[in-house]
Amino acid sequence: MMAETRAQQENFQILLMKALDHELNEKDSAEFEKMLEASLDYKQEYEAMKKVRNITREMHFCTPTDAVWDRYWTGVYNCLERGIGWIIFSIGAVILLTYGAFRFVESVIANTHLTIILKAGILLVLGGLFTLLVSVIREKFFLFKRDPYKEIQR
Amino acid sequence: MQRAYYTALGLTGHHESAMDLSQDAFVKAYKAIHKIDEERNFFTYYYRILRNLCLNFIRDRKKHARSFSEIGEMQYQHLENPGADPSAALEKQEQKEQVWNAIQQLKPDHREIIILKEFRDYSYEEIAGLLDIPLGTVMSRLYHARKSLKTKLEGVIL
Repeated sequence: MMAETRAQQENFQILLMKALDHELNEKDSAEFEKMLEASLDYKQEYEAMKKVRNITREMHFCTPTDAVWDRYWTGVYNCLERGIGWIIFSIGAVILLTYGAFRFVESVIANTHLTIILKAGILLVLGGLFTLLVSVIREKFFLFKRDPYKEIQR
Repeated sequence: MQRAYYTALGLTGHHESAMDLSQDAFVKAYKAIHKIDEERNFFTYYYRILRNLCLNFIRDRKKHARSFSEIGEMQYQHLENPGADPSAALEKQEQKEQVWNAIQQLKPDHREIIILKEFRDYSYEEIAGLLDIPLGTVMSRLYHARKSLKTKLEGVIL
């Protein structure tokens, strides 16, 4: 009995929304009319909801001026441009750093004034730094790829 | 883009934030354009991102929502008939302020569906697509949102 009442209530809610938004078909309309006739509560709720809807339908946002929209699109282009700028800058920086590191290692190896042990020390320090850097980048990359909330700004 | 801005404005109640969030969402959606399903359109994907950004903004916001007169249509300024009663127009504007305040007090998902339906005039099917919920849930959520709004407006203007 309770389940039936609940189902009826849910059905009324759906029909009520359709009625307010003029989405009732003929069959729905007949059913809704029947419900309103059978229950004063339903009828009162319908009237009250109609008032709410009429009030909210009168609300409108003001339209921003064309200048605001121009600024808006400029903002979007700027964001995209800066994103592309950062990518290009990063690629260039990686190329330069890699080349610099390669030349540095080359000059260390070619340097006849440095002892073997010093050369090995410098190369090991560089190798260790490189390994740490790759490890951190890889970790960040995998975390980013698997983060289900990456679209959400915290 | 404009519809996204208006939705963000309705959700956040703040013009500058709505501008920023809808721009951010657009850039994020654009960057992830390759991930978008062929069956789903760009706006649906864009809307999801925008919605998340807005909900986070609402959760974290330190700024207060603006009054409707700052963001909404100021009816009395648009009266075509110069002989129209200014006090009636002012009263109407005050009523809109109260309705706007009541909308701002709604739960975010209730506020969202009111904005989409009443302010943006989306159909049930469009709302279902945007929010990724069944049609029945759209109507049920709209019912509870309107009911909640009615309760808040009782004794104020109803």
